[in-house]
Amino acid sequence: MSEEHAKNAARFLANKEQEQWHNETLWQVRGKRDRLAMAIPEWETLREWASGIKMHTLSHLDRYLEQFAANAEANGVKVHWAKDGEEHNEIVYGILKERGVKKLVKSKSMLTEECHLNPFLISKGIDVVESDLGERILQLMDEPPSHIVMPAIHLKREEIGALFEEKLHTEKGNSDPAYLTHAARLHLRQEFLTADASMTGANFGVAATGDVVVCTNEGNADMGTSFAPLHIVSMGMEKLVPDYQSLGVFIRLLARSATGQPVTAYTSHYRKPRKGCEMHLVIVDNGRSRTMEMGDHRRTLKCIRCGACMNTCPVYRRSGGYAYTYFIPGPIGINLGMLRSAKTYAGNLSACSLCCSCNNVCPVKIDLADRIYAWRQSLDRLGKADRIKKGMSKGLKFLFSHPALYRLSLRLAPLLRYMPRFLMYNRLNGWGKGREMPEFANESFTEMWKKGKVKTHTNQRSHE
Amino acid sequence: MRVGLFIPCYVNAVFPEVGVATCKLLDYLGADTGYPLDQTCCGQPMGNAGFENGAAGLAGHFDALFESYDYVVSPSVGCTSFVKENYPRIREREGHTCGTSGKIYEVCEFLHDILKVEKLPGRFPHKVSIHNSCHGVRKLHLSSASELNIQPFSKIKGLLSLIGGIECVEPEKTDECCGFGGMFSIEEPAVSVCMGQDKLYSHIATGADYITGADASCFMHMQGIAKREKRAIRFIHVVQILASGL
Repeated sequence: MSEEHAKNAARFLANKEQEQWHNETLWQVRGKRDRLAMAIPEWETLREWASGIKMHTLSHLDRYLEQFAANAEANGVKVHWAKDGEEHNEIVYGILKERGVKKLVKSKSMLTEECHLNPFLISKGIDVVESDLGERILQLMDEPPSHIVMPAIHLKREEIGALFEEKLHTEKGNSDPAYLTHAARLHLRQEFLTADASMTGANFGVAATGDVVVCTNEGNADMGTSFAPLHIVSMGMEKLVPDYQSLGVFIRLLARSATGQPVTAYTSHYRKPRKGCEMHLVIVDNGRSRTMEMGDHRRTLKCIRCGACMNTCPVYRRSGGYAYTYFIPGPIGINLGMLRSAKTYAGNLSACSLCCSCNNVCPVKIDLADRIYAWRQSLDRLGKADRIKKGMSKGLKFLFSHPALYRLSLRLAPLLRYMPRFLMYNRLNGWGKGREMPEFANESFTEMWKKGKVKTHTNQRSHE
Repeated sequence: MRVGLFIPCYVNAVFPEVGVATCKLLDYLGADTGYPLDQTCCGQPMGNAGFENGAAGLAGHFDALFESYDYVVSPSVGCTSFVKENYPRIREREGHTCGTSGKIYEVCEFLHDILKVEKLPGRFPHKVSIHNSCHGVRKLHLSSASELNIQPFSKIKGLLSLIGGIECVEPEKTDECCGFGGMFSIEEPAVSVCMGQDKLYSHIATGADYITGADASCFMHMQGIAKREKRAIRFIHVVQILASGL
């Protein structure tokens, strides 16, 4: 009854060395996050506030969107509204085409990934260049990100050295990080200088001012927007915060949660176009307003894409980003996948032991594990419930609904100890792959109690 | 004080001695302990597998069975937190109020918070590595979760400190999941076993003689791996240590 994730994870785990390295690398990021979170006495209060501010903003989203758009327009920014990914892509392409743009340089944006913007623009003949180092590496490899904050975290420097050797003609066999980063910098510098347009995502939109806030460590967003005469921002409509005061709460949480830094190297506010230039803002729904109507699942919209839930998730660390079928992996990805298309992405729901560590690291307090539990309850209705699992659950329900039958099975269970090994350990027994079966005691607790072997005052009285 | 004992299926069949130790402790501490024989399962396996509705009948049965008791006490973290957290919702769907969610306690929680045990006889001259199970930490708050910026505490360590001669240690990644997770262990066997191995090895690395904790379901999983790999470390539930002098 292996789910898609389970099958993919088994493949990832077959390379034990890679698994251990991946696991430990991300655990180190969790460790850095812990050290910074513990250094701030009001950390848990900040999380509480962040959660409250997001829920408030989402509950009054119409008002804040109007305010944000009006302020942005007043600042000279052209605002566009896209109901879905397709419309988003058409709008972006329309802007580029009208201005004869040949080369677009992008900073990291999960939303454009969600909308499949790059393949669309490339099919229209536009040269799209990712400028975040990790994203650029993956673009050169023609691979998707495996983590939302550290997209190329699954790659070792030797692999990147080999890639650069082929694509950027770096020295043979040189995988020194400083050397490779310098090579990437020279390469990207050329791209920045020759791009006709730049594109960024948005970490936050400030309703009170119309600012778009972009947090990066490489300054690549700023390089892009500072050279090209046209800047397009792609922003999910859930990215709004009311004002600067509330923004401060998130800025304190974001980098600490994401990478264990006090703040990202660059926190850029884009408010208006540069002199003689243009700035466009595409605000995207793409299912978000539908999510608002989905009861408790609306909490998922609080997400600020920090990736902390991935770094702590014991399953993600041991299965890698590509084991998940949705482009965002880990606890938040399981949830966002279900919101995108429950039928398509239900195969990720098994990737959770319900340990709830994600709930505790989430800076906006999304109850990610509880959401996964809730999604599992809808599988049967969606026709996506595993037949064997359903059968097992029905069988258990029958057994547990008949106390006498249950007691009988407790009495008979010890006989299983005499079952031949080949009957117990075979390919049908998922448990038996790396584990021995639990051994039943000679006598169950119920048997002992009934025979008066459990000495308590009550039991003694009832047997006197 | 009338205490109804809830012994989950796996404790009943695989770890009956954990039930016996629970009884001994409750009895020693003066609780009037009863064991309703018609009890079966709380329904957690169905819930975690996505069939929570299948647990509705069991929840009703459970509520009725323990109605006359002041408290329900169980030596299982997972089952206790399932009743506590999910029964109110399950019962409400059927138009009932849940009678047990407010009075069920995991046994360590009960000893620590309700009976407020301050003294116990007995010595356990061994080094034990504490297994902080996920739901013990993050649902029942038996200890502070490593992710949270809160004052560190551990009710389990507090209880074990009452026993003479014991040395308590914790593994690296103190409260990372061991990979059991009920249905998860069968649905995701590769990841589950890998998590179990990592956890087991980190317990072994402490040099402890025993792994101890409040959740024997994690033990089933780790013990299965230890047995397959012929690792010598032993497993013992916290209540067995606490009851060792009784």
